[in-house]
Amino acid sequence: MLTQEEISRYSRHLIMPEVGVAGQEKLKAAKVLLIGTGGLGAPVAMYLAAAGVGTIGLVDFDVVDVSNLQRQVIHGTKDIGKKKIDSAEETMRDINPLIKIIKHEVALSSANALEILKDYDIIADGTDNFPTRFLINDACVLLNKPNVYASIFRFEGQATIFAAEGGPCYRCLYPEPPPPGLVPSCAEGGVLGILPGVVGLLQATEVVKLILGAGEPLIGRLLLYDALAMKFRELKLRKNPECLCATGQVKLIDYEQFCGIPKQPEPPPMSAEISPKEVKALIDAKENFVLIDVREPHEFQIGRIPTSTLIPLGDLPKKVAELDPSAHYVLHCKMGGRSAKGCDVLRQAGFKNVRNMTGGISAWSDQVDPSVPKY
Amino acid sequence: MAKILIPTPLRQYAEKNNSVEVSGSTVGEALANLTTQFPDLRKNLYNDEGKLRSFVNVYVNDEDIRYLQKDATAIADGDTISIVPSIAGGRS
Ligand SMILES: [Zn+2]
Repeated sequence: MLTQEEISRYSRHLIMPEVGVAGQEKLKAAKVLLIGTGGLGAPVAMYLAAAGVGTIGLVDFDVVDVSNLQRQVIHGTKDIGKKKIDSAEETMRDINPLIKIIKHEVALSSANALEILKDYDIIADGTDNFPTRFLINDACVLLNKPNVYASIFRFEGQATIFAAEGGPCYRCLYPEPPPPGLVPSCAEGGVLGILPGVVGLLQATEVVKLILGAGEPLIGRLLLYDALAMKFRELKLRKNPECLCATGQVKLIDYEQFCGIPKQPEPPPMSAEISPKEVKALIDAKENFVLIDVREPHEFQIGRIPTSTLIPLGDLPKKVAELDPSAHYVLHCKMGGRSAKGCDVLRQAGFKNVRNMTGGISAWSDQVDPSVPKY
Repeated sequence: MAKILIPTPLRQYAEKNNSVEVSGSTVGEALANLTTQFPDLRKNLYNDEGKLRSFVNVYVNDEDIRYLQKDATAIADGDTISIVPSIAGGRS
């Protein structure tokens, strides 16, 4: 049943015979999972929210960076440094407070994919790497859920629906991923900022059509879009009888390994915390590590550890790109709370050797150097 | 002569051409002519055993050659051959 408020909001849908009250109720009852809230996920999330898709799940673990804003229109300048799912949720709530948004702040993996995907009706893959794309495909095949797929490169896009009832899957199209280095990634190749808008909305259109059961879904057809030529082409996509999806052999695997990505050597076991005394010992031994003070400049002026570098917590996401991910880091603040968050920022960016100085500069003053004022 | 459409990621190996006219009576011949003209394309299209890589599909008009006669698929004047590699971009 639609409420009075919903009838007013969705009136342009309700007066269309192809949607009507019945269609809007289907949209309201639908549960769609968007994997990735970046270039493709941004327009998909905004328009599906506006259209009244009742439950929208978001999967992302990234933080908004200034370089995202050229195309990820769900995030704004004020969101730099925020978690993408929080920023996306805020925009979607502003567009439509009547829908339910479920946030999954994780990197999708073989261990969590089935559990996350199982509660949704339709999955929209807007990720950016081969391991995750194969993982999403395989999970959708196993769970029997349609995967509305799109990918982009520079000024070209591809879109289709995989794993729909009777239709082909991603592996039917490409049984194996390219070995690393043969096909440039988006980060190296760049992408025209407008492109994910167009291609993401092709994806959103197919999601809405699947929910409504309207029109001809993009199943068994690969749509290619070339923005420079302004041409759409369509190729036939067949279910491959030799594909794992046809022979019933799909199971979740180690996708990094499958894609030929070498395992990162495990860093020596290191606890997440380090005491001020241990930090002092590292400094005295002239150990090679970077001590980052994540407090604000005015606090830094009050008192500091001589070898530290000031990067206020709010600036850290922007500065990550300038830091060497292979170096060792110790972060501190006043008491240890903000620097723990700072450690998470670095770890999420792939930094392996990151520790938090327990108790902050306050504990440093107590345990190492009382000449540093407490405040 | 058939027209081969070169996808964006591979244009750097084909002197930035987005399409190339080649001769040949089968897909295999046309692609061989293409990679003779642009040798750098070869390792991106074929593996060490000389087989088409599994992340690259080739279409004659709108049909995947895997469901035709593969390399031996005949081509006629005016046919369009598309090389379609997998691309993964979207989130970042
Ligand atoms: Zn398949």
